[in-house]
Amino acid sequence: MGKFNIKINGREMEAEEGNTILDVAKANGIYIPTLCHHPQLSVQGACRICMVEVKGLPKPVTSCTTPIAKDMDIQTDTPVVIKQRETVLELLLSDHPLECPTCDAGGQCKLQDLTHDYKIKGNRFEGEKRKVPVEEVNPFIRRDYQRCIQCSRCIRVCDEVRGIGAIQYAKRGFYQKVSTCADKVLDCIFCGSCVQQCPVGALTEKPSKFKYRPWETKQVETTCGYCGVGCSLTLHTKNNEIVKVTSRDDTLNKGHLCVKGRYGYEFVKSDKRLTTPLIRKDGKLTPASWKEALSYTAKRFKEIKEKHGPDSLGGFSSAKCTNEENYLFQKFVRVNFETNNLDHCARL
Amino acid sequence: MSNSLHDLDEADLFLVTGSNTTEAHPIIGMQIWQAVRHKNKKLIVIDPRKIELTKYAAMHLRQRPGTDVAVYNGLARVIIEEGLADLDFIRDRTEGFEEAKEIIMTYTPEVVEKISGIPKEQLIEAARMYGKAERASIYWAMGSTQHINGVHGVHSIVNLAMLTGNIGKPGTGVNPLRGQNNVQGACDMGCLPNQFPGYKPVNVPENVERVEKVWGVKVPTKPGLTLTDMVNSMGTEGGIKGLYIMGENPMMSDPDLNHAKEAFESLEFLVVQDIFLTETAELAHVVLPATSFAEKEGTFTNTERRIQRVRKAVNPPGDAWEDTKIICSLSKEMGYPMEYPSASKVMDELASVTPIYECVSYEYLDKGVAVHWPCNSCSIDRTSCGTLIMGTPVLHEGKFTRGAGKFLAFEFQPPTEWPDDEYPLILTTGRNLWHWHGGSQTRKVSSLNERSPEPYMELNAADAKKMGIKNSEEVKVTSKRGGITLKAVISDRPTPGVVFIPWHYKEAAANILTINALDPQAKIPEYKVCAVRVEKTGGGQKEPNPYSHYPG
Repeated sequence: MGKFNIKINGREMEAEEGNTILDVAKANGIYIPTLCHHPQLSVQGACRICMVEVKGLPKPVTSCTTPIAKDMDIQTDTPVVIKQRETVLELLLSDHPLECPTCDAGGQCKLQDLTHDYKIKGNRFEGEKRKVPVEEVNPFIRRDYQRCIQCSRCIRVCDEVRGIGAIQYAKRGFYQKVSTCADKVLDCIFCGSCVQQCPVGALTEKPSKFKYRPWETKQVETTCGYCGVGCSLTLHTKNNEIVKVTSRDDTLNKGHLCVKGRYGYEFVKSDKRLTTPLIRKDGKLTPASWKEALSYTAKRFKEIKEKHGPDSLGGFSSAKCTNEENYLFQKFVRVNFETNNLDHCARL
Repeated sequence: MSNSLHDLDEADLFLVTGSNTTEAHPIIGMQIWQAVRHKNKKLIVIDPRKIELTKYAAMHLRQRPGTDVAVYNGLARVIIEEGLADLDFIRDRTEGFEEAKEIIMTYTPEVVEKISGIPKEQLIEAARMYGKAERASIYWAMGSTQHINGVHGVHSIVNLAMLTGNIGKPGTGVNPLRGQNNVQGACDMGCLPNQFPGYKPVNVPENVERVEKVWGVKVPTKPGLTLTDMVNSMGTEGGIKGLYIMGENPMMSDPDLNHAKEAFESLEFLVVQDIFLTETAELAHVVLPATSFAEKEGTFTNTERRIQRVRKAVNPPGDAWEDTKIICSLSKEMGYPMEYPSASKVMDELASVTPIYECVSYEYLDKGVAVHWPCNSCSIDRTSCGTLIMGTPVLHEGKFTRGAGKFLAFEFQPPTEWPDDEYPLILTTGRNLWHWHGGSQTRKVSSLNERSPEPYMELNAADAKKMGIKNSEEVKVTSKRGGITLKAVISDRPTPGVVFIPWHYKEAAANILTINALDPQAKIPEYKVCAVRVEKTGGGQKEPNPYSHYPG
């Protein structure tokens, strides 16, 4: 691949053949707005928001689709491209319900951000808006295609990255919408990658509805507690409750999760959680204090060890617990029980 | 895994056997699919069930459950016979080839067809495909190991990799997919009856000295009992009388649950530390409330030996304590105080007694470095994608950990129970996409429960027709050990003569049916094969699940 020099906004920089204008700009910290683009997906050029001007070309071009070439002289923020972006936004907004106060994406919506950035006031294209009923017949994903800006990122991620192909465009023109085969209920693996891709509030998490506003949440980076792949999770919490799970693109799972990793967190706040030690009294498990539970447990273990010897005791640790917990557990058993009767569910 | 996810797609061919990857390890399933679809890599699946991956596979070999060793031997024979073996690799890096070859060569395609039901042409073609691939990696999971000859199965898989030199370089290797989030770590930490942390045998003086120096007390040096042996010893003379269980629910996960229940009920004292009152906790004398993964600091080690951080996001409910605090407090009561100001200090201590974790510390983990054990150097590399790496992403490069790679071949050994007139079908158990193990977590998630609300059994259409069973009809499944009632889902996923039941649903716990037969070496139960009978209950047809993408 050849390397050559180009210019963006008057700044000289090196670029490599095979990249697009957008790739080179991004790599050099130059911001060009995008809606339909995502580095993991095929290039679409659908939204037209990433237009830039290239010296010598008669019209602005989409930076996400245009290959970089030697000696290109690119301007990313000329009055012409700004006007074009404003027009694109006005067109999108002319068919977008402005229900931002109740939309889950409010505060993390790219359309909202760009409308703000480009100071859009009023709309020259006001008129009839599409009427598409909300679809939420499945347990996980709320699909409100009236809010859809037809960037097709959900379709591409489902097909190209997840290999499912559960959704596709149906109809054409004004009536075009993302749809399942024959408009049936969404029947897929519910991995939620489409929701994470959606730049607006067309796809949102049903279990999270009305639970939080994005700016109210704290984010904690952690590792999934289900299978052995070890996907990275971002837990979004509000008032000591997990309200949503996402994952970052720069992780081993590249931002993708399975249905359990993304939606399987509700058990954490289940009202069936154990909240106090229990001791069996008269055949029934009865609430007890930690002090009582710990001293009774130690006493009984010591008695059994005394009576039947160390090898009458044993411990099962857990493949669900952390390394630190497992380390301490085996140390506990070996030191206090004085036996190697120690195992966990690796075989099960 | 001998290799890592960083180099997964450098393979030219994937051989997946005994792993329903897209359901049990969905993100690795996705990555294999991507390599096949976008990079034109080849995929061979060896599995009795028509799992999702078979849709993208160049070949699907459907063996009769329990006949894996014969199939792997058969593949090895064709590779040797057709001159596809990497003789340089065998000479330079391995031992025991000639002895192994004697057994392997008796598994002609005809013999394998007779045992496994795989047509000989398919076996030959698959062996050629694997043998000719420049870089081939093998992935497997419990489908290959949960047999009475599970260890033999793994050795036979390793034979294939060594035979073709597919080990010790990116895009190759022997890659068992570890089931649970931290099953790798629990093994690494020495929660095993015969090994201290870092797989160090308990009866070797040097290893004893290493832990005693740090712990400051004498430790037992006689190997202990495995989980399955402990359960079998309960209620017998000299058996286990007192048991401490942390975060485990054997009353769903053990084979032959009726027998397991008797065993646990015979205990003089049972302590269960968990987040829910599980089926096991219900039998306990003391229950200690613990914390979920979202309520504590620590690390998990994933299937590619990568150590990753777990961070606290929410407070535990009520008076539940972090597991480390419980263990330390109980230890103090027992007369051995343990105190650690933070999880990171526990890591520092464990790194000092676990040689493969020598250079692991929170300092690097918190910087986002991908740390793979063995990690005996703090030098950091950068992959082509820009990921920072410490430790050893690819094992056995240049040399096997034990020196020479050892070929060990074994004769096929039939399962403990084959179908007979009374129990004419083979039951095989496993997971589905929607739930997790005994279900104590996922069955409490309303959305997952709505998607997959009830137990079911996959039944081949031909068998269903023979028995007059309709889709979603209620059936009773019985083995010599017990019976459960659930709905039949008619599907082409199992072969005729085989039924599949996921073991997540306590209303119809599959392990009531399974057999308590163990691999003599690994002590792993034979969950993948037992004989059952299926009958209509007359309970009629249940509501079919409106979703079709995966059964359940």
